[in-house]
Amino acid sequence: MNPAIARLDRLNQSAITLFILGAALVFIVLPVLALLIRSVLDSTNQFVGLDQFLRYFQTPSLVDSLIRSVWISAVSAAATTTLAFGFAYSICMTAMPFKGLFRGMALIPLMAPSLLMAISLVYWFGNQGFLKSWMGGGSIYGELGIFLGSVLWTFPHALMVLMASLTVRDGRLPEAARSLGASEWRVFRTVTLPQARYGLMMSFILVFVLVITDFGVAKVIGGQANVIATDLYRQVIGQQNFSMGAVVAVILLLPALLAFWMERRVRATQSAALSARAVLASPSKSKLLAALATMFCGLLSAIFVAMIGMAVFAALASYWPYNLEPSLKNFRFDDMDGGGWQTYWNSIRLALGTALLGGILAFLSAWCVEKARVPKVLQEGVNLMATIPMAVPGLALGLGYILFFNHPSQPFGLLYGTIWILILCTVVHFFSTAHLTMLASLRQLDREFEYVSESLGQPFWRTLTRVTLPVCLPATLEVSGYFFVNALTTVSAVVFLYSPATQLASVAVLNMDDAGDVAPAAAMAVMIFITAAVGRALFSLVSWLLLHQTQKWRFR
Amino acid sequence: MLKAKGLTKAFGSSTVLKGVSLELGSSDFVCLLGPSGCGKTTLLRILCGIEQPDAGEIWLNGKDMTRAAPQERRFGVVFQSYALFPNLTARQNVEYGLQNLSSSARRQRSREMLDLVGLGDLMERFPAQLSGGQQQRVALARALAPQPPVLLLDEPLSALDAKVRETLRHEIVGIQRALGVPTVMVTHDQEEALAMADRVVLMSDGTVEQESSPIELYRSPKSVFAAQFVGRATLINARHSEGCVKVGSLSLPIRASNQISEGEPVVLSIRPERFSLLRTHETQDPNSLVLEAQIAAIKFGGAFWNLEVDCRELGHRLSVDLQNSGQAACPWEIGEMIRIATPIDALQPIGQA
Repeated sequence: MNPAIARLDRLNQSAITLFILGAALVFIVLPVLALLIRSVLDSTNQFVGLDQFLRYFQTPSLVDSLIRSVWISAVSAAATTTLAFGFAYSICMTAMPFKGLFRGMALIPLMAPSLLMAISLVYWFGNQGFLKSWMGGGSIYGELGIFLGSVLWTFPHALMVLMASLTVRDGRLPEAARSLGASEWRVFRTVTLPQARYGLMMSFILVFVLVITDFGVAKVIGGQANVIATDLYRQVIGQQNFSMGAVVAVILLLPALLAFWMERRVRATQSAALSARAVLASPSKSKLLAALATMFCGLLSAIFVAMIGMAVFAALASYWPYNLEPSLKNFRFDDMDGGGWQTYWNSIRLALGTALLGGILAFLSAWCVEKARVPKVLQEGVNLMATIPMAVPGLALGLGYILFFNHPSQPFGLLYGTIWILILCTVVHFFSTAHLTMLASLRQLDREFEYVSESLGQPFWRTLTRVTLPVCLPATLEVSGYFFVNALTTVSAVVFLYSPATQLASVAVLNMDDAGDVAPAAAMAVMIFITAAVGRALFSLVSWLLLHQTQKWRFR
Repeated sequence: MLKAKGLTKAFGSSTVLKGVSLELGSSDFVCLLGPSGCGKTTLLRILCGIEQPDAGEIWLNGKDMTRAAPQERRFGVVFQSYALFPNLTARQNVEYGLQNLSSSARRQRSREMLDLVGLGDLMERFPAQLSGGQQQRVALARALAPQPPVLLLDEPLSALDAKVRETLRHEIVGIQRALGVPTVMVTHDQEEALAMADRVVLMSDGTVEQESSPIELYRSPKSVFAAQFVGRATLINARHSEGCVKVGSLSLPIRASNQISEGEPVVLSIRPERFSLLRTHETQDPNSLVLEAQIAAIKFGGAFWNLEVDCRELGHRLSVDLQNSGQAACPWEIGEMIRIATPIDALQPIGQA
């Protein structure tokens, strides 16, 4: 390769990295910036400093929902983490049978929008609920409902974090403790629990942020109990007060930022805890423990099945609660106020677009950070930008998008009102996790592949297309599947961005529920659930087929 | 012909290379030897273009290559981790660098190369289906296939078992001789460097400590570091006096190569295998030094016995290897007095304290 071409090779890599950085600037940084700026301008675009924040804290109803949000989120996080730890411990550390089945059941809620859990709760315990009598004189509408719904839909998220932290523990420590004569209970208290501390903290933080930034559950089942997320929705959609909306969004940003910062600190102190020589922990053989674990997991799994099952049942019932004959009446979405079947097809377009674009961009951004031969500053820039979305709640991101893209002097304003802005916003919303997953996958590749390839006189794109991409294809498909499912189930970021032509199924659930068409809302939620499950299965199937077709090297 | 002059490299505040120069003739096999952190790997990475030097020059056949990208240099590189592309077969790996050839020529060349490393019949296997030694052979074939001007080997044998390492050593040297490709190999294993190289460049702390043939390096180390790093040696502090070297109660007729003034300190180095055991009435050679010594420790080393002995005349403890002549039990006890002899020229003055 002659010198000019070799130099061009480097320049091309920098060009790709700069393109990613530019895209991140427009679609991540500037919208967030627009949000921050809006929060210090009043409705006539005058700079008013922190005046609006003062007004926020002087409005009793807003402060009320802020306090309510914080404590509901904290209590939900504590409860979900405790339950999920029990479940994760049962799967990883006991001799419980049917582990795969239980794990699968617990992950079911991932496929459903958070709204579905709330709607199911209404059918079980609401005014016309099956088990209304269990409520005594109380009502499910309000704090209790938000709490229960939140625990149910965040459970699988906490479970995944905790299972990951339990499976990477060093198994030599409990063995050493046992050989020193410690009882099982003492081993649990002095070894297992401290080792899982990192996972427990991460899980608590994660659930706290998920709950405080989610508004689907509170919207459906919150009744008179407002939370910060519903306040934000009301300010923007109900009152068209973008300035106050921006203030609420910035306040919503704070817990997420705090969590983001804490997570980084925890991760930094934890990273060295597992040495390369660690041995994986083996499960306890105790029969009693296994029996207890089976009962516990069985009970929780039954609850998940009951929740999903109730939604399906209600969707199929002709006229709840008087005529429970099954019919498809509730699936005639075109007859309801909410957008009709068109919303479902829009959601499919959104999910496919997000899966495709998100998969490609996440692979590229991780490649820029890990593999591209570009100045370190650029790599760090891309990595920083790719982790920003983790700290931005969906509602805040969505509002930032309106403020930035709906501005008249905006060259990207053409996107506004199209499906593309929904796709881009959803890609950004879920980008951090995807980027980190791809990064982990790329890190497993030998750093020296690039060096070898360069020394053999090959341009970077040859290594990229012939080695890096083929080896990382399964991980890339996993990431695409993740985007697909989340694009179907999310409400928060897109609720501000859809136009009549691009309304989405998840938003239709919200609107139909709001209009009192609860059964059709349940039906649409079920449609989303089935589609997400089938889509996920298809992604896994394709990934598996590809593994066997193109990745024979893994299996011989 | 590869020439590197005054290469300097710092990472942050630590300077890893402090003005290193190196010359590589048309079919030389040079080993960069040194402890970890001495800068040998950095030097190799600068040679192949992965790292850029802060100062210094690299010339290949009269062309300045200092700033050239790895793609321009096209040196063959083999890494410790093999770095074989896992999704490509052995043949595809070897053909990876042959894009400028037609597909039939590519095929022919890859077959030649894999035959050369003895893997002709495993061409269609994936790396995961090959043993460590076989993978390293594929990596070597891949590096050599495009006929590189220079071959660079970065600790190519460190990840392998002792037995495989031994055979591959001979094979690499054989292939290098057959192709006549100038080669630089980085290693921390002195045995490997001595066995394979025409020339060893001993490095420590970013500088070249000594550059010489393996035999010369072992026989007359130029520094305390060289004496200690390559092979085993007892180092004895001595002093020049009246044209001789005074050590303990002895005055030995040893001349240091350069003129050193009276009273100057000198370090003598002696290899453990240069001693032999003397029976009581054996006649002594006038050129050898006979010492009385008391055994302080005994270690069994397989082919030899290693004794730590205290020698009163030298006022020093010596490490002595005595050949194992097949005894069923240890022939000595701790505390026993023995007589040992060594040629006087086995005591090599290092010339610096």
